[in-house]
Amino acid sequence: MSTYDATGDTPRRPFSRRRARLGDLLLQGVAGLAALGAVVLLGLIVYKVVQGSRLSLSTFGLGFLTHVSWDPVHNHFGAAGFLFGTAVTSIGALMLATPLALGIALFLSELAPRWIRGPVTALVETLAAIPSVVIGLWGIIVLGPVLRAHVMPTLHSALGFIPLFGPSSTGSTIFTAIVVLTIMILPIVASISRELFLGVPGELKEAAFGLGTTRWEMVRGVVFPYARGGVAAAMILGLGRAFGEAIAVTQVIGAFNGGISWNLFSSGNTLAAQIANEYQSSTSPLETSSLFYLALILLAFSLLVNVLAQLIVRRVARRQGLVVR
Amino acid sequence: MSAVDLSALRRPNDRLLRRRVVNRGMELLAWFAAAVAVAILGIVVWSVAKRGASELNLDLLTKAQVPFAIGNVKQGLANAFAGSLVIVGFATAMALPMGILVAIYVNEFAGRAVRRGVGLTLDVLNGVPAIVIGIFVFGLLVVGHGQSGGAGSFALAVLMLPLVARATIEVLALVPDTLREASLGLGVPRWRTTLGIVLPQTIGGIVTGAVLAVARVAGETAPLLFTSSVGVSNGAAWNPAHALQTVPVAIFELSESPSPDDHARAWAAAFVLLLFILFASLSARWLATRSRRKIQRAAR
Repeated sequence: MSTYDATGDTPRRPFSRRRARLGDLLLQGVAGLAALGAVVLLGLIVYKVVQGSRLSLSTFGLGFLTHVSWDPVHNHFGAAGFLFGTAVTSIGALMLATPLALGIALFLSELAPRWIRGPVTALVETLAAIPSVVIGLWGIIVLGPVLRAHVMPTLHSALGFIPLFGPSSTGSTIFTAIVVLTIMILPIVASISRELFLGVPGELKEAAFGLGTTRWEMVRGVVFPYARGGVAAAMILGLGRAFGEAIAVTQVIGAFNGGISWNLFSSGNTLAAQIANEYQSSTSPLETSSLFYLALILLAFSLLVNVLAQLIVRRVARRQGLVVR
Repeated sequence: MSAVDLSALRRPNDRLLRRRVVNRGMELLAWFAAAVAVAILGIVVWSVAKRGASELNLDLLTKAQVPFAIGNVKQGLANAFAGSLVIVGFATAMALPMGILVAIYVNEFAGRAVRRGVGLTLDVLNGVPAIVIGIFVFGLLVVGHGQSGGAGSFALAVLMLPLVARATIEVLALVPDTLREASLGLGVPRWRTTLGIVLPQTIGGIVTGAVLAVARVAGETAPLLFTSSVGVSNGAAWNPAHALQTVPVAIFELSESPSPDDHARAWAAAFVLLLFILFASLSARWLATRSRRKIQRAAR
């Protein structure tokens, strides 16, 4: 047992002022450098991607965005086909995933018995943990053939008059990519929406019930309007995840370089998938630079989407009087 | 009084009936949506387990891949497992200290504006597509030097940094200020308060964040395609100065191959990867509840 000896002739000062000041400065300095490093890292990412795409930028300019073909033989590259594929797949996935995710969130926040809530929440989050390459492997070998054999012909015969549902010849299609992306963004949108729904004040819900509404009317009148902004942010984040996904899409979409096809049941390509596809086969500096250009488009999109989502979240939080950290 | 027909209140009219039917229908749809999500998870995990478990054998873990194998050569994916171990290990060694330091700065030192700025940076960094990170590291480290396991590690570290930092910021914020004030009031300097009093309270949360981040990047393929994917042909499976094969890249390459043998190995590797990731996320979940309880107890 040791007691602090205040009467000793050499009073021990455990922390001398100077050492304390030095330690504080050191920790603050090192931690500050790390924080600065994170900001610099983001800047460096933008700088490097812009730098890499400079050759392609100066050769094609903004025409890159509207030119369709990717032609290494004649050294002429364009992103329009991939932009189209990216838009179709990610918007399609968002359209499929959002209603499902809202249903899951409502189930978990309003309907489910207590004992089922925890496990189902954990399962939905586990879905998000499955690596994209595994989902892609499943998509190419299990899902693709099933869709090709059963789902696509049915949709084609029922809705074939719409050009989106044309004839199918392979399992590696835009539609397969949409389904795979739906699976990947579903847990993101669902878990954010669930938290938003759980945040709706109980008094508001009880007030609605007190007016004699059914549960669905309460949800429509109270929960949805209250969580609207947050759900929009969740959808934007899901969209961001969908258009940036490279691997699973590359595996199932069929790597079609020929441009724009409105038939969902044909092969396609996206920005991210094209980059992932060409990792071994890029031959000329101009083609490599064009891959950087594709990455630049993705990067610009992702910056836009994330800043937008953050702004929405902050505005919603401020409106609801929550503390924004 | 007698003019009021009270029985109308008791008798469910058509309108009420319709409202109830709509309500019940919507409830059923929500149940259905949850069932679909659970079913998808079940189907994916079941497909991987069914195909992967039967292909699982010792060769997978002990024998390396043979490039350009002709005929019936026994090969596994030992090189890929070794490479993943090395690359993810180095990535964690880079991202974990940096992420913790960023969190310490944000939570313990920074003012409001800086805190928001760095927070937004982390969120944006987290939203950058993995393939773009791959291209970035390709431009930064690979051009002129060639692919290497180290470049792959750096790419994964960039992905891990916002995850670790965010998780640490969240647990640091849970530590009650009374604890800091008590320590500072006893004359303990700021840096020792932070490192000796506050940080130990958050170890559980930081470990949780780190495990989740490892589980996330262990399955990442896109950042490695441009940084460490040509590793099959050289024998060095452990040296991060060379390009290393990894499990996700191996699955990706094997899944694009037409050979059923390659598919079989892809499923086996996917099974091992999935087992690892599920185990990691479940234990992280368990750790998270435990450490949260500990902090709350300390707060009392």
